[in-house]
Amino acid sequence: MGKVLRPGVTIKGTKDGLLFLLDESRPFSAILSELKYKLENASNLWDGPDTRVWIKLGNRQITREEEKEMRELFSARKNLIIHSIEAANGKPYLVDNRGIQMLAGTVRSGQVLEHRGDLLLLGDVNPGGNVRSTGSIFVLGALRGLAHAGGEGDESAIIAASSLHPTQLRIAEVVSRPPDEWDESETSGMNFAYLVNGQIAVDKMHQISRIRPDIHEWKDHRFKA
Amino acid sequence: MGEAIVVTSGKGGVGKSTTSANIGTALAMAGKKVCLLDTDIGLRNLDVLMGLENRIIYDIVDVIEKNCKIEQALIKDKRCEALYLLPAAQTKDKSAINSKQLRWLIAELKEKFDCVVIDCPAGIEMGFKNAVSGADRAIVVTTPENASIRDADRVVGLLEKEKVSRPKLVVNRLRPHLVREGGMMDVDEVVSVLAIDLLGVVPDDEEVIRSGNQGEPIVLHKKSLAAQAYRNIARRIQGEVVPLLVLEKERKFLGRMKRWLGFA
Repeated sequence: MGKVLRPGVTIKGTKDGLLFLLDESRPFSAILSELKYKLENASNLWDGPDTRVWIKLGNRQITREEEKEMRELFSARKNLIIHSIEAANGKPYLVDNRGIQMLAGTVRSGQVLEHRGDLLLLGDVNPGGNVRSTGSIFVLGALRGLAHAGGEGDESAIIAASSLHPTQLRIAEVVSRPPDEWDESETSGMNFAYLVNGQIAVDKMHQISRIRPDIHEWKDHRFKA
Repeated sequence: MGEAIVVTSGKGGVGKSTTSANIGTALAMAGKKVCLLDTDIGLRNLDVLMGLENRIIYDIVDVIEKNCKIEQALIKDKRCEALYLLPAAQTKDKSAINSKQLRWLIAELKEKFDCVVIDCPAGIEMGFKNAVSGADRAIVVTTPENASIRDADRVVGLLEKEKVSRPKLVVNRLRPHLVREGGMMDVDEVVSVLAIDLLGVVPDDEEVIRSGNQGEPIVLHKKSLAAQAYRNIARRIQGEVVPLLVLEKERKFLGRMKRWLGFA
């Protein structure tokens, strides 16, 4: 019911200009087509003096391509000037990469792997090795060295590994030294580390959708007939 | 045209020179023409381990500086016909030669020998980089200790950036009884961290120290388990498939009986 009623694009007038609220729960392509429709129709509404526009993305982050597409739609209306694009909670509105990037190889002692966005590493991180990413880090292998997720302050980033035995973990600004701070039972099997109340906690992988609801749990994902 | 094998480890004191001396000697015993090249300038020991210290007249720096011909600096081994040593200089330091000069020297030696075994200095600085730059293959030596493995891992990472083909691993000074008690990492653990091919495992053996002090590489003593391990490593270098040594003998008849019956 709510789905039908709630528009994907909500436009609000303020004394400074116009506020575009883009619904975060719908695919961005749907939002764009709705935006296109609204900008192209009701043309008399848009003709007027120059107006500043604020775009709020909610919890969504968009790619450069998506941003470009959106800006093109707005360029159809010369009097609408985009003042800012924002995501919620001060997160950067751009995702650094679409999806997750996959890299292979061992990160050995003294080596540093730096990455923008989410990283899937096929290989081990050895003691003395260092993996840093602005997003989350997933290691298909043993994580025995140092991993730093959310390097630019993203506190929702997680670190997961087939074998999570790091010398140190960092998420955003928080540092944790696992051997001293965790009990051993927590580190067997597939685990992930996340930030809660300013501390790094570790849990079993199957808990992830409960702890991070924005990572959607799969339900009925099948190819359409 | 021979090939150059560098023996390296990162950490000091894990047995690079001992391994170089023994692998070189074992290869020579197997009929190869071998040159041992000590690149640890300023801290040379390979000549001591080989018992050839008193025969040194010219050294590697003399060759590089063209004070002598390569043949004049090569010391023929006392025991093996086909084994030669080119000693390091003791009075200079690592800056006495650069990687270009060493590459030239190694290329010259490869013309004359089947195998050039390069004993690399500890560390990852210039001495290491020089020694590695002229090598075709690399052997990384580590003991089953955390500190040593950490350094070996660093070195493997650096070697992968060089043009050296995939390095091979020698686990040195393994103490089987300590492994069994859980006081030492086992070979599988070491190999799983370093993720490179295992070339051999050398057990900890007092005889290695004794023979080193006498200037006799242990491979010359037939009976020792460590000698057997080094000979097997040399055979694997030549491409043979040799199973790993059983480092612990079944101590009692009862144990053998148990295994035979399917217990233990």
